[in-house]
Amino acid sequence: MTLKTLLATAAILAATGASAQDMRIAIVAKSLGNGFFEAAHRGAQEAAEELGGVEIIYTGPTTTTAEGQIEVINSLIAQRVDAIAISANDPDAVVPALKRAMQRGIAVISWDSGVAEEGRMMHLSPSSDDLVGQTIIKLAADHLPEGGQVALLSATSTSTNQNLWIEAMKQHLPEYPNIELVATVYGDDLADKSYRETQGLMQSYPDLDAIIAPTSVGIVAAAQAVADAGKIGQVNVTGLGLPSEMAGAVASGASKSFAIWNPVDLGYSATMIAYHLAKEDVTAEPGATIPIGRMGEVTLDDTNSAPMSEPFTYDSSNIDEFKSVF
Amino acid sequence: MISRESILSAAIIALLALIATRFAGFVAPGNLAAVFTDTAPLIILALGQMVVILTRCIDLSVAANLALTGMVCAMLNTAMPGLPVALTLALAIGMGAGLGAINGLLVWKLAIPSIVVTLGTMTIFRGSIFLLSGGEWVNAFEMSASFTGFPRTVILGLPVLGWIAIVIIAGLALMLSRSTQGRAFFAVGGNPHAAVYAGIDVGRTQFLAFTLSGALAGLTGYLWVARYAVAYTDIAGGFELDVVAACVIGGISIAGGIGSVGGAVLGALFLGVIKNALPVVGISPFWQMAISGAAIIVAVAANSRAGRSKGRIILKQAEVRQ
Repeated sequence: MTLKTLLATAAILAATGASAQDMRIAIVAKSLGNGFFEAAHRGAQEAAEELGGVEIIYTGPTTTTAEGQIEVINSLIAQRVDAIAISANDPDAVVPALKRAMQRGIAVISWDSGVAEEGRMMHLSPSSDDLVGQTIIKLAADHLPEGGQVALLSATSTSTNQNLWIEAMKQHLPEYPNIELVATVYGDDLADKSYRETQGLMQSYPDLDAIIAPTSVGIVAAAQAVADAGKIGQVNVTGLGLPSEMAGAVASGASKSFAIWNPVDLGYSATMIAYHLAKEDVTAEPGATIPIGRMGEVTLDDTNSAPMSEPFTYDSSNIDEFKSVF
Repeated sequence: MISRESILSAAIIALLALIATRFAGFVAPGNLAAVFTDTAPLIILALGQMVVILTRCIDLSVAANLALTGMVCAMLNTAMPGLPVALTLALAIGMGAGLGAINGLLVWKLAIPSIVVTLGTMTIFRGSIFLLSGGEWVNAFEMSASFTGFPRTVILGLPVLGWIAIVIIAGLALMLSRSTQGRAFFAVGGNPHAAVYAGIDVGRTQFLAFTLSGALAGLTGYLWVARYAVAYTDIAGGFELDVVAACVIGGISIAGGIGSVGGAVLGALFLGVIKNALPVVGISPFWQMAISGAAIIVAVAANSRAGRSKGRIILKQAEVRQ
């Protein structure tokens, strides 16, 4: 064991000082000091209070390296924690260390950023393509009770995840008979091109009611173009974006709401799953169902991974809380 | 011979007429003003690039210079929201000029080919943005209202961004045609040896051209970041190629010495009209690349035909006899 690991172990032991009966669940972040993981830590604490008798050890390397995470894992093994829930910096590099942890009876799951199948019992992904597609059309439709025209602003025409989301969205489109998808344009994830494409959409379709941009560059540029055209209140910009980048658009009213995963819910759910696996009241196998408290339950697929929920919706009521988080 | 400017003007008018048949609203005065404003950054950069190309050099670092200066302006605004816009403008121009001067010095003092120098500084500038920002974005809500509001303030129906382009067009036209330094840019590219005999320092002239191009790129950096209300590492990625394309379409000879302010502006407008029209007429984005590419080749072909010196014909008689 290196000196660094020893020190890390000592630090964690000193920080926790837990009673022996408590179940100890370690939440391993990609790196410390990142708002996203700090928020996940809050969710984990919430789950721990709800469950009772659970102690959360929130740890991680100071930089986003796999080596740093391996040292952290080794020190957690030495402490004999009950469960490790990790967001991995590298899906393969951490596998040997995690395998060792599982051999010692520690329940290991990955969340957010996955670990290769042999290195974990299950993986919790924030969402699935189908749930994203369902969410983005719902975001637009929720503000159009009488129906209307919507247009899609994507990144590049060859972007895999964008196309999967758009495909899923189109499958959910018949659920909203009054909503008409009039166009799909590509902003190539460039601010100026996305801005111009948005201007073009507003000119070509004067009655356009909403623009759906499932891309963080596109949604910001579209909101700016709508604001500059004086069409706030007329055209609603929605899609997938980060709260820090979208705070201005929500404040101006150009975007009524948008979505992205919620790190608090993710930390909460990961803790719930780790708890049940460590208690051995569920087994991680394809088809198994694991309860995750207020978030409902997840069902594992063939690779033992499961999506948590549809993306979380951000609007004027919660944007200020999250804009400094991520 | 019909001038390049009139051919380009005719091409742009024909293009507008063609677009009007498919979408009449495009040629409304208000929309044309919007297209001009949208093209303003390209016009400003193309003018700077033109001066560099006139001296037989090329500046590939303009877009990276724009992005770096833009990021610095945005970060400064976040740290000091009360900073007056005039000071931000001065800083943007000064910093851009400084970055341009680095290119100029390397070309002048070390005599490295400009394409190599600016290819290097292009990547250095982009890398610096990442180091400076840590890969983070500067977002709309972190910028002050006056910072983002300045380029979009409308005066006499045209936003300030458009007016800035007009002022720069006028200033450069005057400088290139009426000042000694302006004529020196043409002389250095037209015939460097003759320029030396005329008492012009070729390296120093090239240095000044790079500094000017950098200053304009820096100015555009602030305007760009304020217009799109966001700053991140990749803004204006690949824009340097649009700038060079605008120059070439505008009849500025890559071999140096030939070009005009009107040509560069019309070349930029030609690309700007295509970029703005394609979304409204509903043509695939790939056509935009094909049309721009075709326009470049046509323009270069026209240049080389016009610029070919007529050799002495010594076999005329033999040709006829045969």
